Amino acid sequence: MNIKENIKTLIIKKPLKLDCGKSINNFPLAYETYGSLNENKDNAILVFHALTGDQFVTGINPITKKDGWWSYAVGPNKSIDTNKYFVICANVIGGCMGSFGPSHENPETKKIYGTDFPVITINDMVNAQINLLDHFKIEKLFSIVGGSMGGMQVLQFISNYPDKARTVVPIACTSSHSAQNIAFNELGRQAIASDHNWSEGKYLSNNTLPDKGLSVARMAAHITYLSKKGLQEKFGRKLQERDALKFGFDADFQIESYLRYQGSVFVDRFDANSYLYITRAMDYFDLVKQFDGNLSTAFKKTKAKFFIISFTSDWLYPTQENKDIVIALNAIGADVGFVEIKSDKGHDSFLLDVPDFLKTLKNFLDKSYLERK
Amino acid sequence: MKTEYKIIVDIIEENARVLDVGCDDGTLMESLKNNKNIDARGIEISKDKVQICVSKGLTVIEGNAEFDLKQFPNDSFDYVVLGQTLQAFVNPEIVIRELLRVGKKAIVTIPNFGHWKVRLNLLIKGTMPVTESLPNDWYNTPNIHMCTIKDFFKFSKVIDFKIFKSLALTNKKYIKY
Repeated sequence: MNIKENIKTLIIKKPLKLDCGKSINNFPLAYETYGSLNENKDNAILVFHALTGDQFVTGINPITKKDGWWSYAVGPNKSIDTNKYFVICANVIGGCMGSFGPSHENPETKKIYGTDFPVITINDMVNAQINLLDHFKIEKLFSIVGGSMGGMQVLQFISNYPDKARTVVPIACTSSHSAQNIAFNELGRQAIASDHNWSEGKYLSNNTLPDKGLSVARMAAHITYLSKKGLQEKFGRKLQERDALKFGFDADFQIESYLRYQGSVFVDRFDANSYLYITRAMDYFDLVKQFDGNLSTAFKKTKAKFFIISFTSDWLYPTQENKDIVIALNAIGADVGFVEIKSDKGHDSFLLDVPDFLKTLKNFLDKSYLERK
Repeated sequence: MKTEYKIIVDIIEENARVLDVGCDDGTLMESLKNNKNIDARGIEISKDKVQICVSKGLTVIEGNAEFDLKQFPNDSFDYVVLGQTLQAFVNPEIVIRELLRVGKKAIVTIPNFGHWKVRLNLLIKGTMPVTESLPNDWYNTPNIHMCTIKDFFKFSKVIDFKIFKSLALTNKKYIKY
């Protein structure tokens, strides 16, 4: 598969000092755009993707041939209306859709990095992506939007570049990864590491893939993206293509079959080492600590208008954690709106067809765009 | 627009910082924006109403005055408005104290349970009064802490706040009290 021809890439020449202490330069940042930049260059929205997303936000992903991960929200006349806005999304560094990541070759050793790739943070990700503004000669983005890890990037971005966005929309996220979040990520990483094929991260050189481990990681994570109620309603105890239990360990239940399927399709599109690196970046994310325990300080320099959205059934990044961001903003008199959307679809609600969410996001953006000065 | 809102808009000076607690569908906030150039903030407990406010371009957070006023620093606003909902809180005393901590001044409107029609209703029928502005029965009313104008004045002495101005209004007109 020659994926390169379908991927737009910006080569970032100037050195980027990473949080781990290392510097990188001349590295690729893969991105995609939708809609067109207007003459005033004031209609650009930078969308940040979540753990397993990529730059192909909407339409058919040219690599996977499936719908883009945010097709419900982004497109002509949708919440993020590509008739109106110029949407940019980059694959995060550490990722596996063209941006500099562990599956790339180390120019010094001529070997694939694997776990020799430097550990990346959310801060590093946004510091790489700021280069897109120079590339498109955009002085100020109309908005930055993202859910889950995308929301963390939104928070980090506005904290690092307080005057680079007019509106700021973190969705279903947190300002500090909780012990539970870290625990689930560690479960995924250990599933990968315990796959014999992983070979301490050198599987690409060995021409093997730790697909069993990666698939178990995905299955476990997938459960955390859904709600108990949603799972119960969709699957209950329904059996998979059988009338009775088989008294064995095949997928008797539909939920088992569903998870196995989710795991198996994931390994076709995602790199196991990238999964390790990106989950690590999420775990290291602690904006509160970055500002010595006072989250408000992170936002003190910005005049941007914030709108924060959470979901009732999201137990991975629950409403309270989203509200902590609202509280920090109100404490400094920032312009912040907040709504918790009612949905049974769990953390994944932001990716799915949840009309109240899609409508609210559209209303916020369109109204703010009309009133931009 | 309700007479009450017009009066509130009249009272508030241009460019003041205003928090509307229980801002409903944002009608008052919009009027403050259009007439007094005020970029008001709102708190609203109903998700649907918050969404209506967002569609009007208003800055509103979903929340409950009893718990969510805590996040605002002292004197964050010139005015904090609480319209017709004081009687619905479990602890109106905390709410009033919070309003006065967060705002330099508070504008509070209450249904008057001492109105002569209410008194007459109770006197003659012997049942809890049901009126145009208080349409619920005792068992399904959200209004769990009803008071009269006199009660409110007494309350001001008990928790020690100063009443700058008070107005009584019927559905059509208002009179200086």
